[in-house]
Amino acid sequence: MKEKMESKIESKIESEVKLELKSEIELKSEIEKTKINKQKINKREKRKWYTYLWIWSIVYFALGFFNILFAWLGMIDFLIPLVFAIFSGNKNFCNRYCGRGQLFRKLGNDCKCSRGKKAPGWISSKGFRYGFLAFFMTMFGNMIYQTYLVAAGATGLREAIKLFWTIRVPWGWTYTSGMTPDWIAQFSFGLYSLMLTSTLIGLVVMVLYRPRTWCSFCPMGTMTQGICRIKDSR
Amino acid sequence: MKRYASVNPNQCVACGECAYVCPRKAVSIQKGCYAKVDDTLCVGCGLCERCCPAGCITLIDRDGCSTKGGQDTGRGHSSELCQKGIG
Repeated sequence: MKEKMESKIESKIESEVKLELKSEIELKSEIEKTKINKQKINKREKRKWYTYLWIWSIVYFALGFFNILFAWLGMIDFLIPLVFAIFSGNKNFCNRYCGRGQLFRKLGNDCKCSRGKKAPGWISSKGFRYGFLAFFMTMFGNMIYQTYLVAAGATGLREAIKLFWTIRVPWGWTYTSGMTPDWIAQFSFGLYSLMLTSTLIGLVVMVLYRPRTWCSFCPMGTMTQGICRIKDSR
Repeated sequence: MKRYASVNPNQCVACGECAYVCPRKAVSIQKGCYAKVDDTLCVGCGLCERCCPAGCITLIDRDGCSTKGGQDTGRGHSSELCQKGIG
């Protein structure tokens, strides 16, 4: 009798253990399924059309390598954030539609080209941000003045771009003289220099610090933030 | 879920990086000008704190003590005060 009872109890325990194991396996598979589903949802959410705007940034610089007149397209990046800030009072261009920001995110996060270290505090301080904006606007004004001089016939067209406002790089193959009035080409060379220089600075700080460190002192970002603050206070 | 993230709106540059990386979608860009964290959704993973280029995100203990960064956000207290049992 005892033996029979023992064998019955053993078989019962075995069946219970099997059931528990089955339920554990089922639970694990369910957890894995939910994880996969969450990842899919996240991917779908992240794949909004503007996350691909990094392509625009690359296309812009590639076009300028073949024909400098395409540099005029860079005015889009100057005007749209101002339109957003002045008419809507927001910085949606910065957090959604900025091709450069998306490029830094792509290279820094996805391609892991960034050290991910925290940038020094002075980089995002008000003094540095507004100082850099003033410097950038001065250089922009200088570019406009150079264009004016060429238009007035005081100086000739310089078929070169300036990196970091100092290093002159010959860029003559991208322009055939006589295609357009010289001042249009001069403005193209100047704007392309400005765009390339700011992107290179952004790439350097991306590698050294976090991917979008450039955004913390971007002159357009500082300017639009100032406009938003003024609009908000009203 | 002992911690939650908090943004200093005066330093935020609204780049949207925190909203992009947040796994719970707890971060939104308020008025398109600065980030705001919904502390009921936030799980305190710290991803946003690690990606913020302006360093304006701090992690705060649910009991009110700042655990990282050291920026006083008005809701929490400095970690030193907490350690002393004052905060």
